[in-house]
Amino acid sequence: MISPYMESILIFAGINILLAISWYVPHCAGLISIGQGGFMAIGAYVSAYLSLHGIPFYLSLSIGAITSCVISIIVGLPALRIKGLYVILLTIGFGEIVRIFFLNFEPTGSAEGLGGMFPYTTLLSVYLTVAIVMFFINLINNSHFGRAMEAVLEDEDAAETLGVNLTTTKLLAFSIGGFIAGLGGGFYAHYALYIHSDNFGILRSVEILIYPFVGGISSLWGGVLGALLLTSLTEALRVARDFRMEIYGGIIVVTMIFRPQGFLGKYTISWKSGRRVLHLLKFK
Amino acid sequence: MFFQQLINGLMLGSSYALIAVGYSLIFGVMGLLHFAHGEVFMVGAFIALQMVLLAHISLPIATLGAMTATAILGIIIAAIAFLPIKKQYVAAPLIATIGLGIVMQNLAVKIFGADQVSFPETIEIVNYKIGDVIINSLQIITLCVTLVLMILLSLYIKNTKMGKAMRASAERPTTASLLGVNYKKVVLVTFAIASALAGVAGVLTGLVYSSISPFMSGPATLKGLVVMLMGGLGNLVGAVVCGIFLGILEIFSVAYLSASYRDSLTFVILILVLILRPEGLFGVRLHGR
Repeated sequence: MISPYMESILIFAGINILLAISWYVPHCAGLISIGQGGFMAIGAYVSAYLSLHGIPFYLSLSIGAITSCVISIIVGLPALRIKGLYVILLTIGFGEIVRIFFLNFEPTGSAEGLGGMFPYTTLLSVYLTVAIVMFFINLINNSHFGRAMEAVLEDEDAAETLGVNLTTTKLLAFSIGGFIAGLGGGFYAHYALYIHSDNFGILRSVEILIYPFVGGISSLWGGVLGALLLTSLTEALRVARDFRMEIYGGIIVVTMIFRPQGFLGKYTISWKSGRRVLHLLKFK
Repeated sequence: MFFQQLINGLMLGSSYALIAVGYSLIFGVMGLLHFAHGEVFMVGAFIALQMVLLAHISLPIATLGAMTATAILGIIIAAIAFLPIKKQYVAAPLIATIGLGIVMQNLAVKIFGADQVSFPETIEIVNYKIGDVIINSLQIITLCVTLVLMILLSLYIKNTKMGKAMRASAERPTTASLLGVNYKKVVLVTFAIASALAGVAGVLTGLVYSSISPFMSGPATLKGLVVMLMGGLGNLVGAVVCGIFLGILEIFSVAYLSASYRDSLTFVILILVLILRPEGLFGVRLHGR
């Protein structure tokens, strides 16, 4: 049906979509993370280690994601007491600590990396997961919890006076992000078939950060768009292969100057605007 | 042995201090985390190197040249990544500096090559022995240069009109502009000074460690951020003290513990500071919690 090359780009894009979503959810509650690479690493290493020891893929993937989720709660605890900017620095520090940890951790290969996984990741499994995750995130966003997150994002103190439990809201949002990043890591490990701690450093976290920033920070679909766009751009720019990274950086800068909130706004892709478009079309 | 390591730590620490002061300046005046500062540091080192290699300019003058070049680079960065972005988008300039950093690092690899290079031996290095400690003239020069720059900077900020303008903008930008401070000019000057300091730090680090590479920007960026955080965001004295402190700590950890965890020391300190004293060792608590 589609060429293997196309399929490979789509699978990487799908993994990046998962990671973009993992950035989006904490941001819904006001937490900006430049450390999702670290959670991805945990998911990747745990699921790879388990599957190499005979545990079936979906189980090892889930355990990887759950481990990532648990660690994100531990990381999230100190993040509760500090304001936005410091959370960013905390997540950067966390990401680097994870990278250095796996660089020195013998059972998962330390500096030699971990390889030999079976390619369990398929186009179907990735995008099915993406669809399920997006469905659930949408459900969450329209719920009581989603409104609590939005309140925390807008004004923490006001939210607290209205009875929103800051601790649970932030921790839950952060841990959902950690879980999804772990999923992404697991899929990555079983597609790239070789992982090394350097894959998950601050550069990766920054890449993950850029997907929603270019695609639209306030919208779930923004991360999706950003991930799709930038993953395929990395491939499309193979033509100008020598200046790929410069163009990549340039796109980031230009987007920040002209559209700092990213391409998609909060309601660009939503039932609300869909209805409006339908309405406009009806009166043609 | 102890004092030898102390001197080495001071060397490393003074380069961290120079970078961190730049970060603190930029954060203090503009509230911006400058993620391309490490790249400016790296560019400074390379420009000085090129001047020495190609034009056979003496090292001190090449350093001045590098300072000027990085100051101009800083102004360009300000003009692209900071000034055009509206105030309300808090995180956008940060991301823009990340993007610029990526561009700069890749251009540096293209122009200068990805290998590690070093400064040619143009200065005569004389070794002095004080008791058990060997210190060479290069290290003495580094320490003196750093000290002089710090003193000049604090004099500038305390006594000149622009210095006052910078302090005013750091405290209350809107009120400052109401009182006649040209905010744009302050931004450009701040970036220029911070970037010039980073350029000197680059040259000094390249000299002391005999190696310059386009990839020296990464650790510089991260460690500079941690030092700034440790000293209190926007606090210049804190940045200097903590920079030197981190340098000494790092050298000691390599000497007495293990070398492989050297980089993780920085991040452990980062986490500790964030958990125990987020406002930094010299910072002021913003709200009681």
